[in-house]
Amino acid sequence: MPAVEVHSIYKSFEEVQALRGISFSVEEGELYGFIGPDGAGKTTLFRILNTLLIPDQGKAAVLGLDVVHDYKTIRPRLGYMPGRFSLYQDLSVQENLEFFASVFGTTISENYELVAPIYSQLEPFKNRHVGKLSGGMKQKLALSCALIHKPELLLLDEPTTGVDAVSRKEFWEMLVNLKKQGITIIVSTPYMDEAKLCDRVALIQDGSLMQIDTPLNIVKGYERPILGIKSKNTYKLLQALKQYDWTHSAHPFGESIHFTEKREKPDVTALKAFLLDNGIDDAVIKEVEPGIEDSFMALMKKEVAGG
Amino acid sequence: MADSVISTKELTRTFGVFTAVNHISFDVKKGEIFGFLGANGAGKTTAMKMLTGLLAPSSGEASVNGFDVYTQSEEIKKSIGYMSQKFSLYDDLTVSENIEFYGGVYGLPTKTLEQKIEETLYTVELMEVKDALVVSLPLGWKQKLAFSVSILHNPSIVFLDEPTGGVDPVTRRQFWERIYEAADKGITVFVTTHYMDEAEYCDRVSIMVDGKIEALDSPENLKSSFSTDSIEDVFIRLARGATRSGA
Repeated sequence: MPAVEVHSIYKSFEEVQALRGISFSVEEGELYGFIGPDGAGKTTLFRILNTLLIPDQGKAAVLGLDVVHDYKTIRPRLGYMPGRFSLYQDLSVQENLEFFASVFGTTISENYELVAPIYSQLEPFKNRHVGKLSGGMKQKLALSCALIHKPELLLLDEPTTGVDAVSRKEFWEMLVNLKKQGITIIVSTPYMDEAKLCDRVALIQDGSLMQIDTPLNIVKGYERPILGIKSKNTYKLLQALKQYDWTHSAHPFGESIHFTEKREKPDVTALKAFLLDNGIDDAVIKEVEPGIEDSFMALMKKEVAGG
Repeated sequence: MADSVISTKELTRTFGVFTAVNHISFDVKKGEIFGFLGANGAGKTTAMKMLTGLLAPSSGEASVNGFDVYTQSEEIKKSIGYMSQKFSLYDDLTVSENIEFYGGVYGLPTKTLEQKIEETLYTVELMEVKDALVVSLPLGWKQKLAFSVSILHNPSIVFLDEPTGGVDPVTRRQFWERIYEAADKGITVFVTTHYMDEAEYCDRVSIMVDGKIEALDSPENLKSSFSTDSIEDVFIRLARGATRSGA
């Protein structure tokens, strides 16, 4: 039995179609990621899965139970970490964790082992009010609170948004460790680079899933060879590439511009000559491997073209 | 420095016993895209508040556009542009109303303003939705509009506080094209971000750790001095040593 099975879910709010027919399933023990920008529909989907929102159409089963009819049975078996901090600012670190434990009829000591790797980092500050913690610390506490009743499934809605690169890295290390304990984890993020740490990812945009696969297969499916082009003047290079007849796409990616051509095999010599004609004499061109973000952008372009 | 738009020397701000910004000294040159990086809690927001005239320093010196942060904060506010991820536009005004409102706040004459509204709608490609309420726009569109609005009065420098957080990858890049365009026109751009690939788009990058600037150089030089091929690596190595995570 899959941990989550969703069939053709629709949800609208007044004029906004938040979800437009979404289907997927998550296996037990899987670390499954929803990757997409703000407004893609991630939070709506999570709120349906955690039984807080009823879909307009379609069916969703969580741990084999129906999200609409069996919500009371589902809730104690889930751990949910909402995108905005869910903690009580005027309670201390320890009081927050105690509160969440007691709501689910358990105690910190009963499940201490599960949260220990994360919570132990907070214990030196256990009497501090949560309002005075840094973003990274709040996030660790929120995860501890979502875990304290030993849920079978964790739903983490954008746990790393607005969090710096170091805390993001640490957070993902924690998730990989939790997965080893057999907990199914569904996580959403707008950061494309986090996709590679998931077993499978679903790329979500405008309420629809563009693709579901392993991170490796997603980049393997990228259709065109990508050239990484570097120059001292990135803006001028980008402007020039937009004028080139053979340009299919040209997007800045960190230190280089990822460039694809309309024809099957790009002609590097012709490209170099074109750039030189446009006053760019320091272009360094080499083939690069696509990443999830390349794939995401190519899929977005396809969706737009397909209407 | 004559061509510096921002100049700070030993700039410091304390809150009680806590030193949020600890003797930072740096210059930002005219027309530069300057990336201001740091972990959560490193002191970036406090530093930006001082540079935008919203918070008086405890000690040290700083000037923005030649105006002193202690005595000329009102002049600073008029001469800069500012946008943040959290707040920039009024949701219950339309696209054109927002432009008009900010144009009014910045004191643009009516004639210039009319022309600016047209121009802005055209640059951000929002002509078709000019009468739509901002609340109905996708985040990425809002952010592009907010940026154009923040430079409506042709400031010599614009401060962008995490302008692209949560924005889709295509719009995020379109946003950076607007930044390049502004810098090309001579507007200095001071930007914070958690996307490390965006650090690469900056001319120079500073990395703040525990209230101090621990590194400041071009992305290329930073990478080579840390013998690595990504800014993320440089960032993680510097910020992992932070002791302030509990603060």
